[in-house]
Amino acid sequence: MIELRNITKRFGAVLANDRVSIKVAPGTIHAIVGENGAGKSTAMRIAYGFYTADSGDILINGEVRQIRTPHDAIALGIGMVHQHFMLVEPMTVAENIVLGAEPGTAVSLDLKKAAEEIRKVSDEFRLAVDPNATIETLSVGQQQRVELLKALYRHAQLLILDEPTAVLTPQEVEEFFAILRRMREQGKTIVIITHKLSEVLAISDEVTVMRDGKVVGEVKTSETNAAELARLMVGREVLLRVEKPDANPGAAVLKVKDLSIVGRDGSKRVDGVTFEISASEIVGIAGVEGNGQTELIEALAGLIPGSHVSGAISFEGRDITQTNARRRKELGIAHVPEDRHRRGLLLDFSLAENTILGVHYRKPAVSRDGILLDQKGIQRRTEQVIRDFDVRPPNPLLPARALSGGNQQKLIIGREFELPPKLLLVSQPTRGVDIGAIEFIHRKIVALRDAGCAVLLVSAELEEVTALSDRLLVIHNGQIVGEVDPKKVSNEDIGLMMTGGHK
Amino acid sequence: MKLLKEILFPLIAVIAAFIVGGIVVWIIGDSPIQTYKLLIGSAFSWPDGIGYTLFNATPLIFTGLAVAVAFRCGLLNIGAEGQLYVAAFAAAWVGMKFGAPDPGNTFVAQWAHLPAIVLLPMCCIAAVAAGAIWGGIPGVLKARFGSHEVINTIMLNFIAVALLSYFTQYRYKIPGDPIMQTAPTSPSANLVHLGRFIPGLPERIPLNFAFLLAILACVLVYIFLWKTKWGYELRATGANPSAAEYGGVSIRKQIILAMAISGGLAGMVGINEVLGYRHRYYDGFSANYGFVGIAVALLGRNHPVGVFLAAILFAILLRGGIFVDAFTMHVSKDIVDMLQGIVIVFVAAEAMFRGPLKQFGLMKKIRA
Repeated sequence: MIELRNITKRFGAVLANDRVSIKVAPGTIHAIVGENGAGKSTAMRIAYGFYTADSGDILINGEVRQIRTPHDAIALGIGMVHQHFMLVEPMTVAENIVLGAEPGTAVSLDLKKAAEEIRKVSDEFRLAVDPNATIETLSVGQQQRVELLKALYRHAQLLILDEPTAVLTPQEVEEFFAILRRMREQGKTIVIITHKLSEVLAISDEVTVMRDGKVVGEVKTSETNAAELARLMVGREVLLRVEKPDANPGAAVLKVKDLSIVGRDGSKRVDGVTFEISASEIVGIAGVEGNGQTELIEALAGLIPGSHVSGAISFEGRDITQTNARRRKELGIAHVPEDRHRRGLLLDFSLAENTILGVHYRKPAVSRDGILLDQKGIQRRTEQVIRDFDVRPPNPLLPARALSGGNQQKLIIGREFELPPKLLLVSQPTRGVDIGAIEFIHRKIVALRDAGCAVLLVSAELEEVTALSDRLLVIHNGQIVGEVDPKKVSNEDIGLMMTGGHK
Repeated sequence: MKLLKEILFPLIAVIAAFIVGGIVVWIIGDSPIQTYKLLIGSAFSWPDGIGYTLFNATPLIFTGLAVAVAFRCGLLNIGAEGQLYVAAFAAAWVGMKFGAPDPGNTFVAQWAHLPAIVLLPMCCIAAVAAGAIWGGIPGVLKARFGSHEVINTIMLNFIAVALLSYFTQYRYKIPGDPIMQTAPTSPSANLVHLGRFIPGLPERIPLNFAFLLAILACVLVYIFLWKTKWGYELRATGANPSAAEYGGVSIRKQIILAMAISGGLAGMVGINEVLGYRHRYYDGFSANYGFVGIAVALLGRNHPVGVFLAAILFAILLRGGIFVDAFTMHVSKDIVDMLQGIVIVFVAAEAMFRGPLKQFGLMKKIRA
């Protein structure tokens, strides 16, 4: 169907694609995997005409074709769905889909005909999208299907999907994969860019692995496994399973009793939650995103106004329900927030300035007078975090923005671990993080537990919470619906509990 | 390298503005080179040119710093104009009420007769405090009720101007005086002109001690913002309020603090204007210092050093404009406003230059 032959693309000093050759057979689902910055998105953007290659050819059905703009690509039957949707929220599905290819004459827009056609395509692939619905009323999963429709409406034979599952819940991922399989049955060809190995194995027929701008492996999915793919991606052996000794819990550190949290809009986000965490144990919270996990963690960190919180939070026997965030940090409560760009980092500030966030007013960040920042102290601390948590590139003066997601996360984790904490609140610790870094972060969390810290872990990745947690609580609709043994429970059982059913 | 990058864009903006301005001058029918020679040359003549340029720069440094500090906290202080008026009046009021007896001024009842060593600092503190309060009000309104500081600072400008006109007209003007100004302040509230210490600089030039205060303010603002924990909190709030909150910083406190500091800095214009120059409150004295301060901060990239340089540039234009007006055939001093405007447009449209510069490989490309 499509073949990239010796594609090379250079951005300034960076060689993003180095003689990349990828051959995608028609009627297959082809996965392209690699860590962030491996060049997989660049290669596909070249195929879609976003960039032009410095050298190399693109072949469509065996013929060399020039693709200079996305317009050329569409004309050749190539469609692309981006990680961030490109939809106009207040407009309807039909209006969004025809945008740029409006049917009718120059002065009239025949939306009815378009809607009919969209419905036909939607039915063909069982997408269940209503052409007359407004985008903003749709769920993320539905919006993604609108993006698919957009490409199908333009008669795309080849669909390129850039990290399509990053925004989906586990249930939505299943539905989405079913759609992809149906599309394959109908003869479409699909290229899926991802870094989640479990998904690659679940959906694809063939896999191309990229690293540092080069293709480092081409395998049939049926003939490979996660470990091999991971090794190809990272370039060394990677431990995919978390290895940890059994927990040896100490005294209770955090006691939460009847905690309820009201959101800004007045709705109840967390509803009468009670649990305890002891020293030296990791308690995980599993749940579909948006079921109160965010609010729970923020309330424990002191980031939700006291007036919105009821119930009691006690830390080492002391009531902290109304204690502010700064004081909680002083008591030893560290927090790795779920959204590192929004909460965790000052992106335009240097690494050094980021490593003192939250402790900037006390030693070693300030000198003896308690007012002036102690540049030497800050530098020492930064160098220590960079060294201990392997932050790259190791330059304290670089803005946090310049780091990859994994390194940003390591910086935050380093900063919080340095407190040192007696309780760690950690949310989505490995979201958007490379496999190599995931392994590292998991090991650090387990090490912290073994050093006596209590850990509360929230993650949308079911595998992550079950692998790391010593005890696992399941949250649904703001309530804890059960506690399970992560070593014994099956994914199906947890999934059922997460969606409100019972074991 | 970083410094170069910081300076590069404002510099290009200024050069581009001069080129465009030159074309306009040429179309009008004068020689651009002659005009610019006049504009720049007159501002650098010794002693009048330099003296007046620095004098003109003083209020712009204060207002530029004021806008910059607020901006570093993510706030847009459009109210420096109102803040500096209130501050100037406060300084004049203290100067009238607490000064040594003045035989020429029996109109305003004096409450005390303080010597200069006490009175001068009191006047300065009054100016800063009044500015800080006037700037702090919109800060409190934002922190407490979430009302936008742009609206509130603009509104407070109107209130300040109207209120002070009233006080000037009906309370503190010497009866029969045709000019809208208060009675003079006590001579012991006069700030010394720098001409007294600098050989060759005549004392009649109003460049005064306040200019040194302006330089000091630049240094202090720099230290505050980048070397203290308070400045760190203020900048963190401006860079990402959610992250600052996560770091245990009270956003509300920072908003009030930043607006008060900003107002206080704007208020220091009153020191230059009342204590160093007019020795009374003069209604409507400000040549839009508060608003030009926004331009100064923008061109100066909200950094004290940049603000200082930008203020000097704008002061050169202000000073040179008078001569361009007088000594060219067709060009009027409006050229100055035009140049200022074009500079701002170019600074604001920085992205316009980034594109071509990237093409030449001057900017490091980001990996996709």
